[in-house]
Amino acid sequence: MRYHKPFFSVLLMTTCSFMVLAQQGMPKDVAARGKTIYGAVCMACHQSDGGGVPRLNPPLSGSKTVNGPKDKLIPIVLNGMSGVEIEGESYGNVMASHADLKDQEIADVLNYVRNNFGNKASLVSAADVKKVRIKLKK
Amino acid sequence: MRILNFLTLAILLSSGTAGLAGEKKPVRSSKPMVSMEENGGITLPAGFQASILADELGRARHLAVNTNGDVYVKLDKLNEGRGILRLRDANGDGKAEDISGFGNYKGTGIAIKNGYLYASSNEQIFRYALDKTGVADPENPELIATGLWDRGAHSSKSITLDNAGNIYVNIGAPSNVCQVKDFTKGSPGINPCPLLDSSGGIWQFRVDVKGQSYNNGKRYATGLRNVVGLDWNAQVNDLFVMQHGRDMFFQHYPEMYSQQDGALNPSEEFFRIKPGSDCGWPYCYYDMNKKQKLMNPEYGGDRNKVGDCAGKTQSILQFPGHMAPDGLLFYTGTQFPEKYRNGAFIAFHGSWNRSPEPQEGYFVVYVPIKDGLPSGDWEVFANGFAQDLKDPRKARFRPCGLAQGPDGSLYISDDQKGRIWKVTYGK
Repeated sequence: MRYHKPFFSVLLMTTCSFMVLAQQGMPKDVAARGKTIYGAVCMACHQSDGGGVPRLNPPLSGSKTVNGPKDKLIPIVLNGMSGVEIEGESYGNVMASHADLKDQEIADVLNYVRNNFGNKASLVSAADVKKVRIKLKK
Repeated sequence: MRILNFLTLAILLSSGTAGLAGEKKPVRSSKPMVSMEENGGITLPAGFQASILADELGRARHLAVNTNGDVYVKLDKLNEGRGILRLRDANGDGKAEDISGFGNYKGTGIAIKNGYLYASSNEQIFRYALDKTGVADPENPELIATGLWDRGAHSSKSITLDNAGNIYVNIGAPSNVCQVKDFTKGSPGINPCPLLDSSGGIWQFRVDVKGQSYNNGKRYATGLRNVVGLDWNAQVNDLFVMQHGRDMFFQHYPEMYSQQDGALNPSEEFFRIKPGSDCGWPYCYYDMNKKQKLMNPEYGGDRNKVGDCAGKTQSILQFPGHMAPDGLLFYTGTQFPEKYRNGAFIAFHGSWNRSPEPQEGYFVVYVPIKDGLPSGDWEVFANGFAQDLKDPRKARFRPCGLAQGPDGSLYISDDQKGRIWKVTYGK
């Protein structure tokens, strides 16, 4: 992972704006927290490489939804999902709601999946999650 | 010789061999049968060999062989609009030079019995009359059963037939373990489980009655979470099924099941079914470490409590967890050596719920059977399907369906890419 290289981190901090940082990497502690949550909550179905399971659990790797707008992705974690068809493939398993995770935990794990497995997307904050949570409750 | 075969095949394919009357124009896969690898990339016991009957057909699930040797494959994703493919190897070189298709529905189940081809979508069962050329009228099958639950998970409808005019279909429960909230840590199991009224079992229908459903079918067996591999054993006149066990022991109950225990449990159970059998799901599971049927933790189990599970139908053989048995076949041919007669082949599609432990399965095993019960240890028969990595997405092939040809050859299908192997002995 590129953002783990000290050289790259220094380069980023000295030359790039916060937006670029958000786009290309995340602090090590965020990555570690996200990885821990991924291992405990997501990995069983989505697999260690984010590849998912054909016919059952959709892949996260290269997923348009995972790499897409935060306000479309966060509700999936909060509400769960089932019986979806993605790019012509049906996935049968139920994804449980993970609304029991804290806002920061959801942000951490989404940042992990949005910046691993070949994915690259903007960072999600706890405030983003909170906003969606309030909206869903209305 | 192989190069010659390949050339012949290439010429045949490029000339666009027409399907026979009644069946649609040929379906051609993008890269037809160019593999030169030994045994089509799988490993077999000494004396056996495999040819690639067809390749890259798509999601090839179960398959059935007609008395004339034609192989019918059920696809779970349409290939050029076709859900059933007929593979014909007229010159007997082990490679199908004539591939045609019909049936505009996806699904898993397919079987041939007494002059009819039976095939299933995820909610219906159809049958087609066979004549000398194959399926006589592919556009107008009879509808045998309809309205069977298709609720996303475990929706495939595997089928087998007995010798008394009955067809058996699995209706999988759309659930892991019938929790109030499916796949949710801490959510209790519902008791009694309402899903069992219409799923989680095997249903029996008559072959000669049209348009049957739950109201006139019979729930032949219950307490089966999901079955994909099933077969009628004509020697003992009983139905045998392989259950896909539940998931998420380690993820939901780490205090009771270590990561290794969660990978090994529950067993993938092999059942001999009698009318009315209750195999225990969702209340019970077979614990591979404790070697007995125990209560599931969602129903109050603590890894010691047996509860009502002692009274459930007990399995005749238990395999390690999550390997996903998708094909079951009793071998009745005489081509294979004596030890294989009347035994069971089981295709294990391969696990995913063992992660982060290494995945298992992705092979075909053989179980010696005598008088309807295992008479020795099971052994891996065909292996190497996954090639480099046993992983549900990265595996090169995943074995799914099994069928026996009229000459005693064994056919194996792969639903990752759609390769079909013809396994022969001593030829």
